[in-house]
Amino acid sequence: MGSAIEYNRRDIFKRAAAITVLAAGGGSLLAACAGGTGSSSGGGSASPGGGSASNPFGVKASDPLDVVIFKGGYGDDYAKAFEAIYTKDYPGAKISHLGTTDIAGKLQPRFNAGSPPDVVDNSGASQLKLDVLAKNGQLTELTPLLDAPYLDDPTKKVRDVLLPGTLDAGTIDGKVWSLNYVYTVFGLWYSNKLFQEKGWTPPKTWDDFMTLSATIKASGIAPFAHQGKYPYYANYTLMDLIAKQGGMDLFKRLDACDPTAYDDPAVKAGVSAFYEIMDKDYLLPGTNGMTHTESQTAWCQGKAAFIPCGSWLENEMIKITPADFDMAFLPVPSLAGDKMPPNTLRAGAGEPFIVPKQAKNNAGGLEFLRIMLTKGASGQFASAANSLTVLKDGVGADVVLKPGTKSSSAALTAAGTNTFYYTYPDIQTEFDTALQAATADLCAKRIGPDQWIAQAKAAAAKVKPA
Amino acid sequence: MRHRKYPFIVGFLFLPVLLYTVLVIWPYIQTFGYSLTDWSGVSPTMNFVGFKNYTALLHDDVFMTALGHNLLLIILLPLVTIVLALFFAFMLNVGGRGGTGGIQGVRGAGFYKVVFFFPQVLSVAILAVLFEAVYRTDGGGLLNGILIKLGLENAQQPILWLSDPDLVFWCILAVLIWSGVGFYLVMFSAAMQSIPKDIYEAALLDGSGRSQTFFKITIPLLWDTIQTAWVYLAIAAMDAFALVSTMTPPAGIYGGGPNHRSEVLATYLMRNFLPFGKAGYACAMGVVIFFITLILSVVSLRVTRRERIEY
Repeated sequence: MGSAIEYNRRDIFKRAAAITVLAAGGGSLLAACAGGTGSSSGGGSASPGGGSASNPFGVKASDPLDVVIFKGGYGDDYAKAFEAIYTKDYPGAKISHLGTTDIAGKLQPRFNAGSPPDVVDNSGASQLKLDVLAKNGQLTELTPLLDAPYLDDPTKKVRDVLLPGTLDAGTIDGKVWSLNYVYTVFGLWYSNKLFQEKGWTPPKTWDDFMTLSATIKASGIAPFAHQGKYPYYANYTLMDLIAKQGGMDLFKRLDACDPTAYDDPAVKAGVSAFYEIMDKDYLLPGTNGMTHTESQTAWCQGKAAFIPCGSWLENEMIKITPADFDMAFLPVPSLAGDKMPPNTLRAGAGEPFIVPKQAKNNAGGLEFLRIMLTKGASGQFASAANSLTVLKDGVGADVVLKPGTKSSSAALTAAGTNTFYYTYPDIQTEFDTALQAATADLCAKRIGPDQWIAQAKAAAAKVKPA
Repeated sequence: MRHRKYPFIVGFLFLPVLLYTVLVIWPYIQTFGYSLTDWSGVSPTMNFVGFKNYTALLHDDVFMTALGHNLLLIILLPLVTIVLALFFAFMLNVGGRGGTGGIQGVRGAGFYKVVFFFPQVLSVAILAVLFEAVYRTDGGGLLNGILIKLGLENAQQPILWLSDPDLVFWCILAVLIWSGVGFYLVMFSAAMQSIPKDIYEAALLDGSGRSQTFFKITIPLLWDTIQTAWVYLAIAAMDAFALVSTMTPPAGIYGGGPNHRSEVLATYLMRNFLPFGKAGYACAMGVVIFFITLILSVVSLRVTRRERIEY
């Protein structure tokens, strides 16, 4: 009850805000008419043709810029550095910066009132769903940005300097709606120091992994922990086992929520392999009910050997990780008969940056993204947030990488073009939620592999073609 | 003089009524409107779809599960909370056995009152954090830690409290009760103190015990207060959003798990409203919740109506 009322109260405020905005906008229009000097920034549509080569979007230096950043694993200090670069180019711009974990709570009312910010890092657990935003015409299509000249080298276009696969995650029906800025690598993580002390070799195959797990368990450490209350982390292992077993073709069908894909024997093989962890009791006690912080902390304390995560892990746990932990990355080990090569891994661009369609300083928003992709900004990000960006060779020699980042970027280099990236979590929220529930049940041994497959298939069948 | 009265009253009422209409009534009406559309929640555009959202609700298993949980809460939460609060309030105010026949609470009643009221000063957010630590699933959790120390639980197979489908609902209910008892204890205490002492003294002289004074004097004289408490708690039971969404898995999408076993209407509403982008559908749920709460309040006030005892 409470929530329903709250949201409606909020509605009223939204409306009030909208009226204020309209009134204010009208005022400035009137002023523009009268004096002819007012900056009419209320138009809201990008004008890619209206700018010069150095200013392709036609940014007005005096227009304020409104930036909202998800303050999660990467913090928001990096964005402040970008804003400093922006003000250097456009000194008149007043920048308002908001770092928050509650993206939806802060922005949903603003979208409804038609006054969204100019740039949003739409990430985290309460992100606004890209599919929902795009379908409702709330986003600026980013092609003008991709075709704009690259800031560091104007002979190139912005799209030429991105790592392969960068745009996949932000593309729906052939249109690019978000620029995913952080290149994330997914797999298993361990402490190199612990492994060397104990004389363990990181496993290459799933059989090695299970054998090693037996050794690890015998030494009194839990072989595997996952982020129980957030079951999607477990899917980084489970769904990757399936993808590597089934090959690119099956991966594409799975990602497209094709229910028949779950009849493929590769799915059964992957789920059964993953289920062995539970079956042989290799889970950290209590991990099924832990938050990501609790289980990752337990892992940092050496209570568990492996944990599945994306490459934001190192920065997220930086305050808790022991100095000599020597974090290392491992692609999900390969099963016998895998169709993808053993070094294949899930990698793709995360941290989706969007420019709302109705943003007041739409051009400034696009320019902000263009600045983010310069080598300078990319290096700032790498050193502030300990992660790689989507910019090709985005980290200069002057930037010192932490061991985990170094390890994951080496794995990425080894993988070469053998990468895949599931987009269903970004664009099929309901399916993803159902899949997470099934995986949580599997991890708690409430269901077996066959029931997991049946539940996943049923969830896929419910997805209406977008 | 008389004709001046109305402008005076209207003058005083105008602003509050206007504010109430704009901030409370009008949003309700808007929700009714939105519930007939396919509004996504992130855009000002929407289409009229009639009662499609409501018919879909009838076939939505998760919605029905959530409704079931809320109805169970409506029965259990007021019942347990009121019984506990009444018992404690009685013990603290008239339960003591004064040697000289005076009516008083058990020894240390003042201290207990503070202790019992303490949960009431905590915000829901603190409650959630506190009980996440209590229910933590490894040996670091309060409950599991104690159970493991006592040897009642295998440290390798700890109880997964909030992630166990059979326990999660009861865990949440326990927190709701824990946080509610203190307030109603104070409320019942205040009501009990307004009962004239001579009634109790007369009863004591006639040789009635604790239970007789409780059932034959305290309860009938407190009936109005109990009735109010019941309606309040029933409305709270229709909500339970904050605790369920923050404490239960899957985290980040308003909880309700595992397997919707702690789902309540409000969490399912929010999941449809924001992550699923089905705001129209969510509004239909909001309307259903509104009517259930309304009917519930009216019914419980009617059913529990008794002749008022004056003293």
